[in-house]
Amino acid sequence: MQEKIQKIIFAQVEEINEQLEFKVPVELGTDAPLFGGNKGVLNSISLVTLIVAIEQAIEDEFDTALILADEKAMSQKNSPFLTIGSLADYIVLLLNEENIDD
Amino acid sequence: MTEKQVMLITGTSKGIGKFLANYYANKGFIVMGCSRSSVDYKISNYCHFCLDVCDEKKVKQMFAKIRKTTGRLNVLINNAGIASMNHVLLTPVKTVKKILNTNILGTFLFCREAAKIMQINKYGRIVNFSTVATPLKLEGEAIYAASKAAILSLTEILSKELASLGITVNSVGPTPVKTDLIRSVPKEKIDRLLAMQAISRFGTFDDIANVIDFFIKNESDFVTGQNIYLGGI
Repeated sequence: MQEKIQKIIFAQVEEINEQLEFKVPVELGTDAPLFGGNKGVLNSISLVTLIVAIEQAIEDEFDTALILADEKAMSQKNSPFLTIGSLADYIVLLLNEENIDD
Repeated sequence: MTEKQVMLITGTSKGIGKFLANYYANKGFIVMGCSRSSVDYKISNYCHFCLDVCDEKKVKQMFAKIRKTTGRLNVLINNAGIASMNHVLLTPVKTVKKILNTNILGTFLFCREAAKIMQINKYGRIVNFSTVATPLKLEGEAIYAASKAAILSLTEILSKELASLGITVNSVGPTPVKTDLIRSVPKEKIDRLLAMQAISRFGTFDDIANVIDFFIKNESDFVTGQNIYLGGI
């Protein structure tokens, strides 16, 4: 499951990278910074675009409607949007809560 | 735009929503509609979803289905709304919550989810419903008018947040139209209300469709964050 989610995120990030001046350094793998912290490269609009694209890809893959920017995400001490890895972890957590299997 | 436009209308089981579903299906739109109950009519190019507009999960599932089956959403008409005529001292909290949930939360939720699909093609038209009860400060309609005042703010701010995605957001404020919404309002009150309008008559479904037609035209891409009241307020 983790791998599948990471693959979805990488695919969406690469698509968004084509429109970005400062690109997400996907060569860093799951440590690639997304939003917030000291190294985040996305601005709020590109984060919104990425979240929506990932939500839709998850819908297509797992046939479930996830809300990534929910209260839990916003209130976490460490934002799930910091890196590709943290976002993948968060999505796996949400899918597990929905009892969605690989 | 050569392919048929996809439109979603909320509250299509009766009244204005039912009329709009027919009107736009006849105009060649693929119309998706929703309401808590099923509909008592059949129209070609129309697909109905039974849901409560405040049920986030069901609403998300409906939008996922629309995206998967059509790949696009061009227009959203946020028509679903409820009112309750009550003096403030006699208004139960339960009623307040119901009105705020349907009128504000429902409209917000549909705007958010619609914009997620509309931004894929960098094109979208959202039309919300306000009411003349807000500027006329109608006694007995405090919560309904307040909920629709919120729609004006929502419309104005969303128009700014969604402009860069090619989405316009406007609202139409009908005068009283002969629907269930005003069934319980005493005739004298309605007459007094109509007298406050520059043109003192009931609104019609066609009056509302005319404003929506203008907002959703391709050529209206420079019209956003606006509200049009009918009847001359």
